Amino acid sequence: MKIGVCVKQVPAKDAPLAITEGGTWIRESDIGFETNEPDTYALEEALRLKEKHNGEVVAISMGPERAKQTIKEALAKGADRGIHIADNEFFKLDPLGSARSLAAAVQKENFDLILTGLQSDDQGFGQTGVLLAELLGRPHATIIMAIEAADGRLKLKRELEAGWFQWVELPLPAVITIQSGINKPRYATLKGIMAAKKKEIATVERSSLGVADAQTQEIERIYVPQKTKKTEFIAGSPKEIAAKLIEKLRHEARVI
Amino acid sequence: MKILLITEQREGQWNKTSFETLAAAQQIAQQAKGTLTGVVVGKGVATLADVLAGYQLDEVLLLEHDLLEKYTPDGFSLALRQVIESAKPELILLPHTYQVRDFAPKLAASLGKGMIGDCTGYRYEGGKLIFVRQMFQGRTSADVVFTGEAPWIASFQAGAFRPDLAAKHAAGKAPMRPVGVELKPEQIRTKPLELFREAKQVVDLTQAPILVSVGRGIKAPENIAMAEKLAKLLGGEISASRPICDEGWLPMERQIGSSGQTVAPKLYLALGISGAIQHVVGMKGSRTIAAINKDQNAPIFEVADYGVVGDLFEVVPALVEELEKK
Repeated sequence: MKIGVCVKQVPAKDAPLAITEGGTWIRESDIGFETNEPDTYALEEALRLKEKHNGEVVAISMGPERAKQTIKEALAKGADRGIHIADNEFFKLDPLGSARSLAAAVQKENFDLILTGLQSDDQGFGQTGVLLAELLGRPHATIIMAIEAADGRLKLKRELEAGWFQWVELPLPAVITIQSGINKPRYATLKGIMAAKKKEIATVERSSLGVADAQTQEIERIYVPQKTKKTEFIAGSPKEIAAKLIEKLRHEARVI
Repeated sequence: MKILLITEQREGQWNKTSFETLAAAQQIAQQAKGTLTGVVVGKGVATLADVLAGYQLDEVLLLEHDLLEKYTPDGFSLALRQVIESAKPELILLPHTYQVRDFAPKLAASLGKGMIGDCTGYRYEGGKLIFVRQMFQGRTSADVVFTGEAPWIASFQAGAFRPDLAAKHAAGKAPMRPVGVELKPEQIRTKPLELFREAKQVVDLTQAPILVSVGRGIKAPENIAMAEKLAKLLGGEISASRPICDEGWLPMERQIGSSGQTVAPKLYLALGISGAIQHVVGMKGSRTIAAINKDQNAPIFEVADYGVVGDLFEVVPALVEELEKK
């Protein structure tokens, strides 16, 4: 099975976020980046499918030069090769623009299966997988918690709301978005890291893909959210904090 | 502005967020001096369309077909695309449910349009609609606008609007009209199979008066005992954010948030929970919220009544000791 897995690089979870002067994005210059956590579950699922059914896993990432690091991590965990879609202003793309670029870049690969994470921890639209399926003319399923592959078809466990699930079946080729928690993502081994150095990363300039730059939406402004509540902060030693907090919960909020 | 609201039902039961988005749609229709049409999709759902018609809308469309009885992304996208092409709305609104996440971006792309999903609110300023959504896991908000031609497609997050604010129809009932669409079985590539529940819900967190909830900050499964002890002393239950249940440190039925349970206890004590939006939607209705987190910028503090910026491994034992005093 030839599997493509989309992995995105996003600001590290604990990175302090500062907003740019223009107010439309965050300052990327002084923060660390990491692989989008939901995508690590998609990668793990791709690697497991390959181990079971043979084939190839290709890690695909779009972004500036630094996004290659996310591909390298995927290669170190066991992906066979990478495709880097280079674009220094990737963050300006809307979901449809991103998906059109991805679709153009992977079209000729003819993957049997493309996996993505549930959503990205930066913009969090959660649309890429669904859009990619539509643009490539393939069926899709989202928020998947189990995959069984047999005879060119997939049987998938979809998570619904409030504890409900549903089994769905679809034919390959297809696009699937993976729910976080489906598996336990592996760590890269030293051997894997060494092996990754010899693996190929093909770079494609996004501007060469012939995808129109027209956007369907744009971010006018980003900002620190307005508080909906006035928080009373309690400070002191742990002992003092505990005494004060319990006092307030007992006599002010009257909830204990 | 012509607005189309796409409601959601499954097996004849409303997804209640439909009425939250209805409230938002009514409000936008009023501000933008527009019209509002609602659509109910499925098979044998005329009674639901009749319920919807009892609300303030200009028209209710009943979209029924054998192939829409069970949800599939292909069936719903193809059918709704035909409705949109004939009704020609400028704005299409949906509740941001798992089902909407599954088909709405596809529907939008099939029309060559984008979708602004998971909005928490909107502003109508000088004839322009600005959608507000969260980014970076709730650490920033963003104002997002559509560029280019209508139709524009947006979805509102659960809890963003109050369903009880959806206005009833002034004249009794909105007119209802069945709409026909063409669908062929071979156009539908996914085969929906059985629906099922996994956990037998041994604990109903919605009934707990107090919840002590743990997040990533708890660091290791052996540390959960400390939070459980605190919960017991307070007469409450233990719950968690999604990553803790993903790790298997607590069972899935103890998960609070968009993919778990929605709760509103009198006290919600969040330990080491950053407050990603998927978690906050499940607990923001709590009467009192107290949060302990080492990051003073953690979004959980935006909804907290009491905040402690500190090390939960120091503060929780101190709380236990304080409660054991009496």
